[in-house]
Amino acid sequence: MTTYEPVIGLEVHAELLTESKMFCACAVVDSTQAEPNTVTCPVCLGMPGTLPVINARAIEMGVRVGLALGCEIPAFSQFARKNYFYPDLPKGYQISQFEYPLAVRGHVDIDLPDGSTKRIGVTRAHLEEDAGKLTHTGSGKSLVDLNRAGVPLLEIVSEPDMRSAEEAEAYARKLRSIIQYLGVNHGDMSKGVLRFEANISVRPAGSTELRTRTEVKNLNSIRSMMRAIEKEVERQIRLWESGEGVKQATLGWDEDRGQILIQRIKESASDYRYFPEPDLPIVRMTEAEVERLRASLPELPDARQARFVREYGLSPADAATLVSERAVADYYEAALAAGADPQPAANFLLGEVFRRMNAESLGRDQIGAIKVTPEALAGLLGLVRAGTITLTTAKKVLDVLYAEGGDPAAIVQARGLAQVSDEGPIVAAIEAVLAANPKEVAGVLAGQDKLAKFLMGQVMRELRGRGEPATVQRLLDAALEKRRG
Amino acid sequence: MIDLTLTEALRKLNSGEVTSVALTRALLDRIHQVDPAVRAFLTLTEEQALAQAEAADQRRARGDTAPLLGIPLAIKDVLATQGVQTTCGSRILEGFRPVYDATVVQRLLDAGMVMLGKTNTDEFAMGSSTENSGYFTTHNPWDLARVPGGSSGGSAAAVAANMAYGALGTDTGGSVRQPASLCGVVGLKPGYGRVSRYGLIAYASSLDQVGTLTRSVEDTARLLSVIAGHDPKDSTSMPLPVPDYLAALANADVRGLRIGLPREYFTTGIQPEVEAAVRAAVDVLVGLGAEVVEISLPHTDYGLPVYYLVATAEASANLARFDGVRYGPREDRGEMWATYTATRGERFGPEVKRRIMLGTYALSAGYYDAYYLKAQQVRTLVRQDFDEAFEKVDVIAAPASPTTAFKIGEKADDPLQMYLSDVYTVTINLAGIAGLSVPCGFDGQGLPIGLQLLGPAFQEDRLLRVGHVYEQATGWHTRRPTVG
Ligand SMILES: [Zn+2]
Repeated sequence: MTTYEPVIGLEVHAELLTESKMFCACAVVDSTQAEPNTVTCPVCLGMPGTLPVINARAIEMGVRVGLALGCEIPAFSQFARKNYFYPDLPKGYQISQFEYPLAVRGHVDIDLPDGSTKRIGVTRAHLEEDAGKLTHTGSGKSLVDLNRAGVPLLEIVSEPDMRSAEEAEAYARKLRSIIQYLGVNHGDMSKGVLRFEANISVRPAGSTELRTRTEVKNLNSIRSMMRAIEKEVERQIRLWESGEGVKQATLGWDEDRGQILIQRIKESASDYRYFPEPDLPIVRMTEAEVERLRASLPELPDARQARFVREYGLSPADAATLVSERAVADYYEAALAAGADPQPAANFLLGEVFRRMNAESLGRDQIGAIKVTPEALAGLLGLVRAGTITLTTAKKVLDVLYAEGGDPAAIVQARGLAQVSDEGPIVAAIEAVLAANPKEVAGVLAGQDKLAKFLMGQVMRELRGRGEPATVQRLLDAALEKRRG
Repeated sequence: MIDLTLTEALRKLNSGEVTSVALTRALLDRIHQVDPAVRAFLTLTEEQALAQAEAADQRRARGDTAPLLGIPLAIKDVLATQGVQTTCGSRILEGFRPVYDATVVQRLLDAGMVMLGKTNTDEFAMGSSTENSGYFTTHNPWDLARVPGGSSGGSAAAVAANMAYGALGTDTGGSVRQPASLCGVVGLKPGYGRVSRYGLIAYASSLDQVGTLTRSVEDTARLLSVIAGHDPKDSTSMPLPVPDYLAALANADVRGLRIGLPREYFTTGIQPEVEAAVRAAVDVLVGLGAEVVEISLPHTDYGLPVYYLVATAEASANLARFDGVRYGPREDRGEMWATYTATRGERFGPEVKRRIMLGTYALSAGYYDAYYLKAQQVRTLVRQDFDEAFEKVDVIAAPASPTTAFKIGEKADDPLQMYLSDVYTVTINLAGIAGLSVPCGFDGQGLPIGLQLLGPAFQEDRLLRVGHVYEQATGWHTRRPTVG
């Protein structure tokens, strides 16, 4: 049997977080929240006689994304009309860019599981306006909401360089991370501000041919994108194996059923009759302007990860997890700035804090919203470092901080959680435990070391986790030694 | 009172001799008297006009000196007017009331205009006779059996028949200058970008420009002063200072002016009386001190084909929004595509459909390079023709139309013959330069002839000076038809 290799390219549509829409003064709002058709004007409604005016901020954001993806920024770009009829498209054409996009020839480096990196080519990035949103009612009617119509979209097209769903995932995550770092998109796929389409074909492994590809849309999360790619690759392999072959098609994805949906078999390529938009001037980018925007770029995920490894001595894996969300990396560095040590802070954040956020399905990008401030985290770890509390206690204090916020030292004080190093109470606890567990004591004395750990645990429990471990151990050993006689 | 020029009417208003209400009533009476025969207006805004006139009189009483305070004007129905039906002469916009005013309309209202109504046009400005209007054909006031020209035929006829002191038109391939010529009034197409297109319901975006129709060049200067200038809502409007057009007319003089006569414009297909009148007009200017230079515009022959590729391609996209979904009437067929097809199929007229199909074809994959792209390349050559010509001459003189007004129905079934009506005007839009048509005589049947003066894009003041000098020397513009 032939072994097949998937060939995958991704098209990403990212809404840009500008204040106003691409070609009019209407605000850009969360279209899943706003009352339908309330954030519109004659321009984005496509009323007869209205004209578009380019939002300069959107151009800047688009160029910054292009630069962050290592793209060349041509001296000019041009808007064009993409013509098609649909009720979510008020003008009967979408203003997009075609022949002359904003940015070309870039790349994204992805980390592979074996620790190596792979470079995925970015063909182009161009600006366009979003369409409205259609809601299909059960009664055969569809409702049109034009709040989203005219929102600036950056379409980022990759080369067909990915060879597995995992590579596509890594590319998608890295790309999302980069645009979040740039502050141009918050990356929330569930709200449709970031949308992926996968172009998929398969070919016999080792071959360089490009076979007929299909396009999968409606991918609402990176997870569903991966599943859809896997299913579609399987489907195409079956079609080639059966001799039927793959036809060019636009496909959908049914998340609930985990199924590929055939939406439309294309007999020929759609003809959008692109032509230059006569209502808009050519967009010129001077070298000075490009350099100004390049200088404004923040530290990007790859550079930050390398710095975390170099400066903080973190493992590449920990560093990668910390930097993949800008908010998390910012939080981490704020905790360090407040005095936390790098490794314990990373451990606590990646383990304890994330666990609590996961438990309430809070996305990692929401870390800025939790009640534990970076300063509180640093304070908490400082108490551990100083021996004031044990790690076990620290986790309890974190529970309080997570639920209510506040200052860790004050919580420790108020709840009497400080570590007990005074020998009196420790000795009392030890005596109580030894008295209550004669069998285990006998076992220890007979050389069963495992039982010694049990007794230690019981004492710590008696002390409600506050016993300073070294002191407890020393006094327990002494008490047992006495019994050994 | 109705036969005054705009300038004279303004003088009488300012001196207190008349009120705007009186002028407005007189014009409304005139409209009621002659428009049933001329049919210049698609919509009359009588009550609104009288209210605006009253307001204007009050403003004047308070010392307001707005430049067009109390002057009744007509507006071509392709310009958006808030709350007032705007049809573009099409059944697809029957009953459509825009939610905003076009920038030019807003500027006229701010300047004190009284809006009498909306004038007839070929559907979406596609035509040269108003016969393509989805409602009715306007008649030429000089001979009611003839067309007024188009597409701004309603505006030209209204001004010629003393139903308005001036009007706005739009000019994509000659739609202001050709009807001005056929109706014996002054028509200006400013350079592309001089006047805002915001609210001009687009036919061909890279060619459309708002223009004026008046009874004198001085009146044109007054209207242009108000409507010209950069508009942040129109990225193709130029951020250039607007000269004082009225001041430009004072002491105007053509001594030393170099007038170019393009040899390609006086070949075949031109009515001999038209050629004679235009040459005689140039002689008048020579008599006043101008000199004539024969020039060549070698790409003239490509004007019409290039125009019909560029204009229809843009139109095919511009008219896509008329789908019955958001505004205007809808031919509901219960299902989306059927409703689209029925709305557009039943409510667009034949010429609009023809141009949408031509444009769609020109932009289609496999044809784009051969048609649209090639047309744009030739358009550059047409523009270069004019650039080179204006290095040698100050203005170019030409006919505005190869013939005087033709009979209604004469060319209606022959689109190609109709397209030839624009042979002297389309290249001006392709080049984006300015063109002015001024009356320069009559043919043997008493039909007016227009002299077209062409100048560089933002040298409208130069054209106005030459036109004004010519008018003062000849007085053709003072002749009015007898209607009713
Ligand atoms: Zn808007």
